[in-house]
Amino acid sequence: MKEMTAKTSKSGAARRQFIFDSAKMVCGVGMLGLGLGLYAKQSKALPALALRPPGALPEDDFLGACIRCGMCVRDCPYNTLELAKPETQVTTGTPFFTARNIPCEMCEDIPCIKACPTGALDHGLTDINKAKMGVAVLIDHETCLNFLGLRCDVCYRVCPVIDKAITLDMVPNTRTGRHAMFLPTVHSEHCTGCGKCEKSCVLEEAAIRILPPKLAKGELGKHYRVGWEEKSKAGHSLIDESKMVDLPDRLPEGAVLPGHYDPASGHTESMRGMPGSEAGAIPSLPPGLGGKP
Amino acid sequence: MSAAKNKRTGAEAVEQKGWWLAHKWLILRRISQFSILALFLAGPWFGQWIVKGNLAYSYTLGFLPLTDPYVALQSMVTGHLPETLGLVGLAIVLVFYLLVGGRVFCSWVCPVNIVTDAAGWLRARLGIKGSSQLGRNTRYWILGMTFVGSALTGVVLWELINPVSMLHRGLIFGLGMAWSVVLAIFLFDLFVTSRGWCGRLCPVGAFYSLIGRWSPLRVSAPARAACNDCMDCFEVCPEPQVIRPALKGEGKGVGPVILSPNCTNCGRCIDVCSKDVFTFGLRFNNPVSTAQPAGAESEAR
Repeated sequence: MKEMTAKTSKSGAARRQFIFDSAKMVCGVGMLGLGLGLYAKQSKALPALALRPPGALPEDDFLGACIRCGMCVRDCPYNTLELAKPETQVTTGTPFFTARNIPCEMCEDIPCIKACPTGALDHGLTDINKAKMGVAVLIDHETCLNFLGLRCDVCYRVCPVIDKAITLDMVPNTRTGRHAMFLPTVHSEHCTGCGKCEKSCVLEEAAIRILPPKLAKGELGKHYRVGWEEKSKAGHSLIDESKMVDLPDRLPEGAVLPGHYDPASGHTESMRGMPGSEAGAIPSLPPGLGGKP
Repeated sequence: MSAAKNKRTGAEAVEQKGWWLAHKWLILRRISQFSILALFLAGPWFGQWIVKGNLAYSYTLGFLPLTDPYVALQSMVTGHLPETLGLVGLAIVLVFYLLVGGRVFCSWVCPVNIVTDAAGWLRARLGIKGSSQLGRNTRYWILGMTFVGSALTGVVLWELINPVSMLHRGLIFGLGMAWSVVLAIFLFDLFVTSRGWCGRLCPVGAFYSLIGRWSPLRVSAPARAACNDCMDCFEVCPEPQVIRPALKGEGKGVGPVILSPNCTNCGRCIDVCSKDVFTFGLRFNNPVSTAQPAGAESEAR
């Protein structure tokens, strides 16, 4: 009997010891895990100017799929990619490039994706023109030479998707009053984010930069419909324009807007310099635009 | 033991067997570690692309893929499956370590082993005795934590701080501040905890030891009857707790094969034993009684 109690108390002590040891480990290692987990969450914040290789999954997935082997770095013929070092802001060991240093040359066979042993770089991407490494944004309208009225155009001319991803849009130069400005305009649906525009911008600090699409793009509410697109889709206006109600406009006392249509009185002011052009006037268009032949 | 106290570990073995036989496995192991590193570095340093990649995944001569199963498994836990080559590489590595012993990776491949061995050697030379308490099971808890953490965060968790891949990747792709992590491990092993990193904390080694749980290739002590209790093998072993059952188990009915998966198959015990107690063998060749044949064997040798 005595022996038995001794035995049970011994096994009880052993059990207690086991529970204490386990608790010690769970707590100690749990703390390490908590720290690592929070670090992992933070590591998902990719710096804006660090770009992932073409076909890279969204950052959330990328950090789970990429095993940091560097095969993409090795098979890039232009040494564009590098692996993040421990002190780099990019998650340690993952591949990235900085457009201003070496941009992506958009190889047609996309060797970096082929080299990837995981799904971190989407092997389904076979057309480099469909890559979305980021979106170019002409971020500074104050220093861009074209905005200053010069014909720099370098970003436009180096663009591998020229005239689609970047176009030059002509607008009047109101400063001089007699010249045109050719504004580089990015069309995000065609931009791959290769970074050649950012690399070649002649300024000390590039005025055009590749940003993650999330930073670069606004997003319309899901319920938004763009009238003119719906109109061209349907082949006709979606509303009965003849029944359009135009509310009366409030104008300062005595103000006269040439060509202005006032639904309250049904009267249209005559166009400046074009007396009697009432017939062509469009309701409520700002002065100078409506009804010009 | 008192006689050995004033002597360097393994001095007796050098006297009895000569320098080469007392260092054979150590030298072979270093050759293996440095050759593997050299294969990886031949590309970036000399333009000879034999092996591309790093220990996480490599591609040799355009036909042999090798994937680190621990990294791949963490990645899989986040919900991402490797591509075909990655999976083939995974299978090859798993089968290889299943056969030769998982922790062969630690002692024959891992670059951090050179660092921690150096710390262990210096610790012995400087006679640093104190060692903080840190259970040898800690690494298995950390291993489990990295899988749970990977699943919860969706990030290959251990790769955020893994010193093994930091060092290896760093040597090949650019070290950056990774040297500081390696230095920290060296100092930790030297001053804080004896064999602290590889023997207690590293979940990479813990994972490989699980792979090699039933590996046929083991270190065995068939001539354990000849043991003169000089303790050199315990001194030099990075996992000394694995030796006792095999070496001293005769009375308890335990065979001479070191069955613990924590044994790294480094073969250092074979080197330092002046009595040639240890040898590489198969786990199946594990007779409980070794008294008679052991005597005969050492005669034959």
